Amino acid sequence: MDFLGTFNYWVVVILMMIGLYIVIAHQNLVKKLIGINIFQTSIFILFISMGKITGGTAPILNEVNTLYSSPLPHVLILTAIVVGISTTALGLAIVIRLYHAFGTVDDDEIQQEIE
Amino acid sequence: MISSHLPVLQVILPLIAAPLCVILRQGTLSWLLTTLVCFMSLAISSCLYDQVMTEGVISYALGGWLSPWGIEYRLDKLTVFMLLIVNGVAAIVLLGARSSIPNEISSDRLYLFYTAFLLNLTGLLGVIVTGDAFNLFVFIEIASLSSYAMISIGRDRRCLYAAFKYLIFGTIGASFILISVGLLYAVTGTLNMNDIFQRLPDVENTRTLTTALVFFVVGVGIKAAIFPLHLWLPDAYSYSPSIVSTFLAGTTTKVFIYVLIRFIFSIFGYDTAINGGTFNNLLMMFACAGILYGSYLAIKQDSLKRLLAYSSIAQLGYMLLGISLATEAGLAAGLIHVFNHAIIKVALFLSVVTIIFYCKTDSIIQLAGLAKKLPLLTSAFLVSGLSLIGVPMTAGFISKWYLIKASLQSGYWGLVVVIVFSSVLAIIYIWKFIEASYFKSSEKELVALNEDQKTPCLLLFSLALFVIANIYFGLDSSFNVELANAIANDLFRK
Repeated sequence: MDFLGTFNYWVVVILMMIGLYIVIAHQNLVKKLIGINIFQTSIFILFISMGKITGGTAPILNEVNTLYSSPLPHVLILTAIVVGISTTALGLAIVIRLYHAFGTVDDDEIQQEIE
Repeated sequence: MISSHLPVLQVILPLIAAPLCVILRQGTLSWLLTTLVCFMSLAISSCLYDQVMTEGVISYALGGWLSPWGIEYRLDKLTVFMLLIVNGVAAIVLLGARSSIPNEISSDRLYLFYTAFLLNLTGLLGVIVTGDAFNLFVFIEIASLSSYAMISIGRDRRCLYAAFKYLIFGTIGASFILISVGLLYAVTGTLNMNDIFQRLPDVENTRTLTTALVFFVVGVGIKAAIFPLHLWLPDAYSYSPSIVSTFLAGTTTKVFIYVLIRFIFSIFGYDTAINGGTFNNLLMMFACAGILYGSYLAIKQDSLKRLLAYSSIAQLGYMLLGISLATEAGLAAGLIHVFNHAIIKVALFLSVVTIIFYCKTDSIIQLAGLAKKLPLLTSAFLVSGLSLIGVPMTAGFISKWYLIKASLQSGYWGLVVVIVFSSVLAIIYIWKFIEASYFKSSEKELVALNEDQKTPCLLLFSLALFVIANIYFGLDSSFNVELANAIANDLFRK
């Protein structure tokens, strides 16, 4: 399989793994949220890549263009982006309250305080 | 006229009420509004139950856009079964919330709690009624985001950490479900569940489809806290305000078990999903491991809420076990347990809510001698505990009976051993509390009651309702058993 033809999907997989790795490996809660964001972004790219056809244009009805890319994944991803932003906002709000309550945003230190 | 729009009203009603709560900005008024909405919602779902039972499947085109293009709400027997469970639990738990919530959430945040509650209800009901795979993802996120908010709203600072942990796990789970929906869209070109189901035979046995199934099962496994993916659940249940734990324990995980059943049967199709037996053997293994692990860890807990949380993991294993048997009887047994576990766990959690209301603690050691002071309350816990163990004449017995029957039908003797052994473990952890409250009264540690509290009439009323339901459905289980059998029959015929 030619590499350039599946370039987008390779990027998706690499970004997804980077995101997951950050979530698992980093102790800083803000960094965990950044990891989640990278992870979600990779899914957005996956969806957008699926909708694209080489040479396809925006789905506008006229005589010149007959080959269209599917607009539906874009619409879905707009929704998913909104969901992602809400998650990040809520996550950051919780991190701020965690910082006020525990005086740190480090996963291990908070766990020690709880126990 | 209005009866044809009930499917959408079911979802829209709590969604409209949620911002109204923010406008009201006042605890009692918000509670009144929320309770009213929940009971209306329960009434709607019983109307829908009647409609589905008499007329069969309802298909509702949202906004008048017909189904392959627009979003379709599709209601069959399984849908109304779940709607009744979720709405019933929500309405009755909210009655109890009136007395207990002001003790655990500061008064200026009360209206925010009710807002989050209504949004969560919207999300859960939406997940159940929708017939569109992407719409399902959006509703999952509405339900999840509001439940993170509900968990983090308490006074205990540990609830923040529990909420954050749940947020990380939950987002990864939901993203996996999104990937699965994306892959399904890539191979079929549609998002409507029924449409996907019809087009899937063309792409059977492709790697994309297998990947979609794997991503979906892992994602929904995180959300439903299926055994190896359950890590968020104990913290979320034990540190959140106790009424929140009650509601979550009664609804959220069960709704995700529903999503699992819906995807396996109505999207992937049973033959594709079972894939020559590997899939359901794997599910069965995790179910058994979860049952034993959850019951074992429940024994070691001192906090009652944490004990019940681990027991929930074990009980989810039972539901999964029913599904993994891959027979009609097995699926029906799983569904019966979804219903029975909702009433058992909510009854147990509500008695813990009442204990916390009176004693400000849920530590078993500190509660020694409770039975002398609050005999009725401890007996309520005892009855629902017996139901959890599966003593005859309680709801728990019915589900274990059908589970064992279904396992024997498929010839799995080992499963019967697992079920019986875990019931023995359940006896041990329920006994821990019973022993402390009934027999340790002579020792020095006597529980301190808050004498100045008013009697929480509504809380006791909702607790009594659930305890009576435990006995009622143990004596006359025709409603849930017949419905579950009909659902299993429908799903396997499809």
